[in-house]
Amino acid sequence: MDHTAPELHLDLGFMTLTFNLSTVLTLLVTAAIVFLIAFVSTRRLALKPTGMQNFMEWIMDFVKNIIKSNMDWKTGGRFHILGITLIMFIAVANLLGLPMGGIAYGSDLWWKSPTADPVVTMTLASLILVLTQYYGVKMQGTGGYTKTFFQPLSFLFPLKVIEEFANTLTLGLRLYGNIYAGEILLGLLGRLAGATLLGFVGAIVPMMAWLGFSIFIGFIQAFIFVMLTMVYMAHKVSADH
Amino acid sequence: MFLDYLVLGAGATGINLGDAIATLVIFLGLMALLKKFAWGPLMGIMREREELVANGIDAAEKAKKETQALLEEQKSLLKEARTEAQSIIEGAKKQGEATREEIVVAARAEANRLKESAVRDIEAEKEKAIAAVREEVVSLSVLAASKVLGKEISEADNSALIKETIAKAGEAK
Repeated sequence: MDHTAPELHLDLGFMTLTFNLSTVLTLLVTAAIVFLIAFVSTRRLALKPTGMQNFMEWIMDFVKNIIKSNMDWKTGGRFHILGITLIMFIAVANLLGLPMGGIAYGSDLWWKSPTADPVVTMTLASLILVLTQYYGVKMQGTGGYTKTFFQPLSFLFPLKVIEEFANTLTLGLRLYGNIYAGEILLGLLGRLAGATLLGFVGAIVPMMAWLGFSIFIGFIQAFIFVMLTMVYMAHKVSADH
Repeated sequence: MFLDYLVLGAGATGINLGDAIATLVIFLGLMALLKKFAWGPLMGIMREREELVANGIDAAEKAKKETQALLEEQKSLLKEARTEAQSIIEGAKKQGEATREEIVVAARAEANRLKESAVRDIEAEKEKAIAAVREEVVSLSVLAASKVLGKEISEADNSALIKETIAKAGEAK
């Protein structure tokens, strides 16, 4: 039962791009689900919100509060859309692998959370890294941006540089580790349930408990990712940090 | 290895650059789409609502102020009306007093005038009556005297005589 990844190699001549098709598929499914939820719930917009509009507005306010707890809204307002999209995308991606976790076609594993792939989470974390540097320069000027690396003490400069990459690394790997570990345990319990009748009976309760916990973790990790994004962003864009 | 089947990303060696590109493209594409189709309109409507609420509060405050002003105006009007009514009543009272005085004075004058005229009438009547009585007494005396004397005296002479007598009698009295 060795699962392999359904890989597609794209030869560009000077390099070869490798696509893990299951990752691409689940990423697309995640994007489609997020888009559908957001699109459907904002079709009949009214000043007096009803149903799904309330839910969407709750998410918006939730992210708004996350941003507000890190920087003032005048600076942070521009990250609102990034925050909402991130939190919904990651939450849906985290939950995607829970039902039908580890479905294989042939020997290829097709269905899993895209966030259980370190490449995906590290890409998102790198995106955040690039965005924080970009907005740091944009809002504080090159001089102000450079100065943040020498504060509070100039000899901390190497540490500051390391901090940037450590932040990115932990941001991506924390998400990956949580979701990946969750899916491993789900896979183990699934194997147990599939092995014997006794194993099936014994696996029911832990399986349910772990699924519930995984749902919780999925939301919490999405929240943490967005929260830390805004913390790093605040470090870069506001002068008082 | 025993646990190999657990490795969900098994088979992937090195970094899948393609996956990274796919993740970036899909995420940024989703963000752009959502901005256009979902977050934009939703933020618009939320801003609109904020404005509506702010306007509502402003309008309520304005209305409250207006009501306050109107109330003040009404109060002052009421006060004015009250004082005016008071002054009208007082004026009417004064006027009534004056009228009464006038009427009383006029009535008194009228009564006096009537009394005086009555007194005058009585006097005149009295004079007339006295004159009449005198005439009667004269003629009676003449008649009586002529009867006593048995002869006719000229009325004129007698009359003069009698009048003289009476006048004498009156003086003697």
